[in-house]
This record gives sequence, structure tokens and C-alpha cells, in this order.
Amino acid sequence: MSPLPLSGRPRPLAPVLARAGETILGKATEIRLAVACLLAGGHLLIEDLPGLGKTTLAQALARLLGLRFSRIQFTSDLLPADITGVSIFERERSEFRFLPGPIFSQLLLADEINRATPKTQSALLEAMEEGQVTAEGETRPLPQPFFVIATQNPAHQIGTFPLPESQLDRFLMRLELGYPDQAAERRLLEVGSQRQRLDTLAPLLEAGALPALQREAAAVHAAAPLIDYVQALIEASRQTPAFQHGLSPRAGLGLLAAARAWAWLAGRDMVLPDDVQAVLPAVARHRLRSLQGSGHASAEDIAALIRGVAIP
Amino acid sequence: MQLSRPMSTAAREALDHPVAPWLFIAAAATVAPHFAHQPLWLNIFAALLFAWAAWLWRHDRRLPGRWLRILLVVGGCAATLFEFRTLFGRDPGVALLVMLMAMKLLELKSRRDAIVLITLGYFLLLTHYFHSQSIATGLWLLTALWLLTAALIRVHGGVAATPRHALRHAAVLAGQALPFMLVLYLLFPRIPGPLWGLPRDAHAGLTGLSETMEPGSIADLVLNGEIAFRALFDGNPPPHGKLYWRGPVLERFDGRRWHPLPGLAPAPRLDLAGQPVNYQTTLEGHNQRWLLALDAPTALPPDTVLNSSLTALSRRPVSNRHRFNFSSVLDYRFNTEENAPVLQRNLDLPPGFNPRAVDLARRWRAENDAPLALIDKALGLFAREFFYTLQPPLLGKNSIDDFLFDSKRGFCEHYAAAFVVLMRAGGVPARVVTGYQGGERNPVDGYLIVRQSDAHAWAEVWLAGRGWVRIDPTAAVSPARIDTGILNALPAGEPLPAFLLARADWLITLRYRWEALNNAWNQQVLGFDQERQRQMLARFGWPDADWRDLASALGIATAVLLAASLAWALYHRPRRDPAARLWHKALRRLARRRVHCAPWETPLALAARVGNERPELAPALAEVVEAYLLARYSAAGGDLKTLRAAIGNL
Repeated sequence: MSPLPLSGRPRPLAPVLARAGETILGKATEIRLAVACLLAGGHLLIEDLPGLGKTTLAQALARLLGLRFSRIQFTSDLLPADITGVSIFERERSEFRFLPGPIFSQLLLADEINRATPKTQSALLEAMEEGQVTAEGETRPLPQPFFVIATQNPAHQIGTFPLPESQLDRFLMRLELGYPDQAAERRLLEVGSQRQRLDTLAPLLEAGALPALQREAAAVHAAAPLIDYVQALIEASRQTPAFQHGLSPRAGLGLLAAARAWAWLAGRDMVLPDDVQAVLPAVARHRLRSLQGSGHASAEDIAALIRGVAIP
Repeated sequence: MQLSRPMSTAAREALDHPVAPWLFIAAAATVAPHFAHQPLWLNIFAALLFAWAAWLWRHDRRLPGRWLRILLVVGGCAATLFEFRTLFGRDPGVALLVMLMAMKLLELKSRRDAIVLITLGYFLLLTHYFHSQSIATGLWLLTALWLLTAALIRVHGGVAATPRHALRHAAVLAGQALPFMLVLYLLFPRIPGPLWGLPRDAHAGLTGLSETMEPGSIADLVLNGEIAFRALFDGNPPPHGKLYWRGPVLERFDGRRWHPLPGLAPAPRLDLAGQPVNYQTTLEGHNQRWLLALDAPTALPPDTVLNSSLTALSRRPVSNRHRFNFSSVLDYRFNTEENAPVLQRNLDLPPGFNPRAVDLARRWRAENDAPLALIDKALGLFAREFFYTLQPPLLGKNSIDDFLFDSKRGFCEHYAAAFVVLMRAGGVPARVVTGYQGGERNPVDGYLIVRQSDAHAWAEVWLAGRGWVRIDPTAAVSPARIDTGILNALPAGEPLPAFLLARADWLITLRYRWEALNNAWNQQVLGFDQERQRQMLARFGWPDADWRDLASALGIATAVLLAASLAWALYHRPRRDPAARLWHKALRRLARRRVHCAPWETPLALAARVGNERPELAPALAEVVEAYLLARYSAAGGDLKTLRAAIGNL
């Protein structure tokens, strides 16, 4: 990204990014954004058509980062207890024992989240926000770190319950993978899908190493003029007539955290306006509703937003 | 995400698509008032160009190519040349500008085009003052100015990118210009008379009395509700029947038309009775020298003369609205001794015309030799058998005969002409006087309004011992015309000027208020001339200021205002930290090398772009960028010395 050797530090997690890039071909930027999202402690929503590698990306990241992984395929008959777990009665000990559901993991892949009913969706989303699960009157903390990577098909597909705006706001980033470019497609056709080989991916990070990296990323310096810039962008999103509503304060915090993670990935100990511009589309698009048309803000809308704000 | 764009100077950058409607609207607002006084073909041509450009924009089509545009320009110039026979002067100049404005819309490709269009618009706004300086024009131009400025802001994008912001920003800018406008208005040295350098046709198309009179010339004028002049009296104005505002005196008759003759005696001799009436007239520009004072003027404003037939004349044609102060004595005797040549020429009749009228007058004179008896006969004839109408039948070669013996209906000019012919044929020196009669007092501001519809012609006969005596034959036919005004004099069913048709009280009140407002605008704003400027300065303790004093006052006031604005701006300017200041210095250096950085472009993106497009600058810039980013964004805060040194190498 940066043409300048701003610091001599090696880029941390470069091997992870490289290996993941070999698994999902031609999607380096998206992989980098996904890693930045996890580093910033945020949850990730990947939205795209089936067959573009959403699940593969989530699994590859879990393995490479050494995270305990579990996966829930969301369907319309999935119940909240299927996620959080149930208590069963043990006859020998004459008591109820809690069988934790798949949510008790470090990286949860919620596949096709918009296929489940809103009730089930909200059980997951509550856990995401609180970092704990309350089932049968008892509150149990979730393991740390805890990430959700949810995938969803675009809402116009049949039989889906699109996530409401308030739920979308809980995802730090939303990514679209899109079709691979010509070269990547060619290579994919030549070498075949990497999905079967996911099991062969060796973790590049020790278990329990990620929280320390997260703390490092959160400590990246954001100078006053940089915070001015973030503020100006948020203010502009609220002033411009292009959107129905502007960005929320939560979005602002997320933007800064994501920009820090992005800078850290680039091996810098300070956030630059470039970092903010780089993560802004992923952080802002699903939270902004464009006034023309019914959908979320387009990449062009965000580019226009950026072009409308002078860097202080 | 691709954030860098191809290197381009700001001006050549492509125009954003949504900006175009702003330019269309601003251009239309700028040009629109000219449609009222331009040839029809030009209006249609310009409207078609506008519509075409808007259509192309709407459907996102390609703009016309170069040859088509050249063809349009050449065709437009040729048509203008054909219409006006020249490309110079007020009307052809404005026509060309309007056409170029419309054509420019067809080549709106880059920002530069938009800026050219807007600059042309600012210039075109000024040309409206050739035609009108009314309140409505002022407001319209202010609105157009606002729209143009908003369009300019919109073209530049940035913070004020939304319509509301652009409009508000433009309003704020206009508001900030207000103090400067006031200072310029009050202190800019006023030029007495018209502006220098105006094209010769700048005052064409002004209406008013003409120098000659023939049947129909005044009747045309009467349908015109325009204001000829306003008068403000010290105290109450004299009664309606005494308000004879004298214009040109016509002494030569060629059988159809009446002409003035050059004066012979140097000055009129007046015997006055009664108190003088003092009043000030505000004369609308009419491009003639006569000033329309009440008979008989005794005190004249400077730079005016009284000619031998008692008409007050300006030294130069009055082409702009102007104020004059007069004193007149309404009871007077004028030239009780008159030169023989003058009397002789006021007895001349063209031979071979109007034999029946000449016969009749000679018969009357034979019956009774006294001139007064002749006058009585003629007035009696009019009072008995004649009608007052604005729509008289057409008259033949012997127009007076036709009128006197056949049609017997007519308008003041018919009566005045016929009366003078009868008098001359009967041996009494007589002549036609044209001017205005009466006027309407506006109760709102007390001004007497005299319109073109008050234009009038009457007669003057010379009687031994009495001098020139005013005889108004129209009064014999229609006393109402003289005593109350034309509205009550016309028979029912005659077409009237639209403004006179308003009979409802509230409409009349509204008209009075509107005219009073216009008058206040004329008197206070437009009428702020050299004299008033001097008075104003004298009131502030600066008597006898000449233009040099004014220029220095203007300079000082402007400097003070500028200094105050500058101080305010400096005080409120965002405190920029030193690294940012140095960065902007670096950007200025780059700009000199024609590398421009958009406000939203990050230093790294700029460096990457320059690396691609201007590799020779890249290494030096890379150093600057690194030093700047460290200084501005790092926790430690890099040292400015490195940054300064790097900028030095740029």
C-alpha cells in the first residue's frame, strides 16, 4: 500500500495474509480488511452470491490465526437454543448439565445468517454485542477472543430475512467478495478449489497470541489531526443529502479502530488518512442508506463522501 | 480502492455531470431579461440552443463537434451582422453575448468551460442596466448574481457540494460584499451626465414627445402609460387646468406636419404678475433637449437656457433621468413686443392646402375685424359641432379641411393645428405648442406624476398689447380633458392605456404605492448624483470634496474594510500547526510545477501519483511526505527541521 518505508518494522501477520491469499485467489484487499476487522475486535459480515468463497475465507482465517472454530449453517427452522446450547438432565447426578452450543468458540462462522428467523438472528447478535450468553437463567461468558464472521446472500434472494439496520450496525465491517479477476479465475480453474486443503493449513499464530496483537493494534497512535479527519468524515456523512442518516457514534469508534488495525497491518505505529480512507467503505457502506434507490450506499457514494471532505 | 486520479490541472478537470443544471439555470436567469428587447429570431435561436444543451445533458449524449460549433458561431455572427448592420454598439454587442452564452452551454466539458460561462454571465448581468435600472431589475440581477455564484461554488465542489450549502455559501459571500458595495456606492466619484464610453445607441428607444407633430403622433403617445416626469411642488400644486408643461413650439406648417423654427430673438421678455411657484421635476431620459417647465419659467437650473419661444432647454439631450429645479409664474405676459419676422412667419401657410379653411377664416375676418372675435368664432365652432376622440378618421391631403368640414372629430393635435391654421388665415399670428398638460398627484408621496398619456398640443396667438396668449381649443371641445385629465374626457368604449383601466380603489392605491416606491428608488438611490454626494460629505464635515478627495476617501474606506475583514479572518482562522503550514508550502511549490493536490487526496496517494506521472519529482516529494507524515501524525512528532530541509530540496 504505502510506497514509502515509513518505518523499518516488518509487517506483522504478513505470512497469514500471504497464506490466506493463496487459498482465496485474487482477493488480497478483502483478506486484509477481514484480518483488520478481527484485529480491531469487530465482527465481520460477508455478503455475496453463493460460491464466491465466503466460507472458505472464514475457515482459512480461523485456522491460520489459531482460533477455535465452529460453524452454524443458518436455516429457517434453526432455534436460538441450537446456537447457545441446552441443559439436559443427568440421571446419575440428578441435575441439569449445560451442553454449550456452537457459539462457545473463538471464531464462529454463521453461514447464511439471513436464512434464519429474526428471533434466532437476534440471539446471535445479542451474544456478539454482550460477549456472553444467557441461557436458562444463567449467564455464561463467551471465550476470548470471540469473533463472528457471518455470511449472507444478497437479500433479494428467495426465502431470506434481511438483517435490520440496527443489527447491521453491530458488524464492524461488511465485505463483498465479488468475482475473481481473470488471472485469479484462471489459476483457480487450473489448480482447483482450495477448500479440501484447508485442513492442511497450519496455524501461523499460537493459540492465545491474538489478544496481544489486538492490544498492539489498538495502541497505534491516532494524532489530533487524524481524529479531526475522522470527525469531519462522520459530520459530512450526516450533512450530505446523499444518505438518509449519517454514521452513528458507534460507527465512528469502529472506523477509528479499523483504521488503527489497518495501519498496524501496514507496519506503522500511527494512523494516516490513507488508513481511514481504505477502511471507510467496508465500515460505512452497510450503515448508510442512500437516498436515491433503496439499497445501501454504493462504493461511488463513499468515494464521493471522501472527495467532499478536505484532509485537515 | 483507487483514490488517485489522472494528473490534471484543476481547470481542465472534467465537469461533474450533476453540475450542469446549475449552469443552465444560472445562464437562463442571466440572459432572460434580454428576451424582452431582442429580435425574435435571436430569442428563438438562443432558446433552441438552451433546450438542445439541456436535452443532450439529460440523455447523456455527446456534445456537438468542433465544426458544428464553429458553424454555429459564424452563423450567429452573420445573423447579428445582418440584423444590426454592425457588430459594435449596445444591441449587437448584447445580442452576440447572449448567443455566445447559449453556445457555451454546448461545450460544457471541463471546469474551465463552466468558469468561462460564469464569468461571461457576471459580465452579461451588467448589460441589463442599459435597458432598465428599476427595482425589479435590481432584484432580478441580484438573484441571478446569487445563482451564478452558487454555480461557481458548485463547480468547485468541496465542502459546499450540496445545493443548499452552495446557495447558502453564495448568499454569505454576497452579504460579505455588501459593505464594499455600499462604500463604492457612496464614495465612488459621480460623473455628471452620462457615463463615458457608452455606445452611441445606448439610449435608443426612449419614448416621449417628438420634434414634429402630425395627425396621430400624439394620439400614439397617449396610449402609453409610461411616466414622462414627476414634479414635486413647494406647497400645493396649482389646479389641473393651469398645468401646461411647455415642450417644443412648432411654427412652420408644410401642409401635413408641423416643425419648429430656429429662434430669432435672443430672449423672451416677460411681464409677471403673482407669486412664483417653486417645484422640482425629475425628468425621465427622452433624448431631447426640452425640459418641460410650467409656463412661464422665471428661474432655471444651471446649464439650461430659455429659448425665444419660452421653452426651457438643456444644453445636452437628456438621456438619463435627471432632476431640475424651476420657479414659474403662472400669470404672465410674454413678448408684448414681438419681432416682425417672427410675427410674419407665424402667419405663413403653405400655398395650395386647405382652401376651405382659409376661405372660412377670411369670411369670419371680413365679418368682424377684431382678432378676439375670430378666436371666439373658431372656439365656438369647435364647441358646437366637434367630438373629442382618440380614434379619428383618416385625413387626406387637405387634412385641416377634412377635419373641419367632414370628420369633425379628433384629438388635441387636430384642434390645435386646425385652430392655428384658421388664425393664420384670418391674419392673427399663431403657433402650435406641444408639451404635457396636467398630471396626477400621488397621495402616497405627494409627487405629481405626468405620463406620456398627458401629452398635449395647444395653440398660442399673438395679440397686440397682450403678447403671446395661450388658447387651448381642446378645452372648448372637451373641458374635462383640461380640468381633470384624459380619463374623463374620452367617450365610453374608446381603447385606453391599460394602466388607466384600473378602476378598483385597491388597484389604484396599489399603483400609487408602487409608483411612490419607484420614485423613492429613483430619487434616493439612482438620483444619488454628484450634488447629493457633495451634500452628504458636507454633512459629515467635508465640504467641497472634488473627485480626488472622493477617490482618496474611497481608497481609505476600502482599505479599512479590507483590513477589518482580514483581521477578522485571521483571528478566526483555524490554528494550523506548523507541520501543516509547511505541507501547504510544499503543495504551493508543487502547484508551480503544475502538480495539483485535491483537498481530499492523502500525501501518500499524492506521492504514488507523482511517482507514476512525474517520476523526476518523486524522490524529493517522497522525502517531504515522509517527514510531513512523521511530524504530523506520529506519536513522537517528527522534527520540523527535516521537513523544512526536504521542502527546500523540492
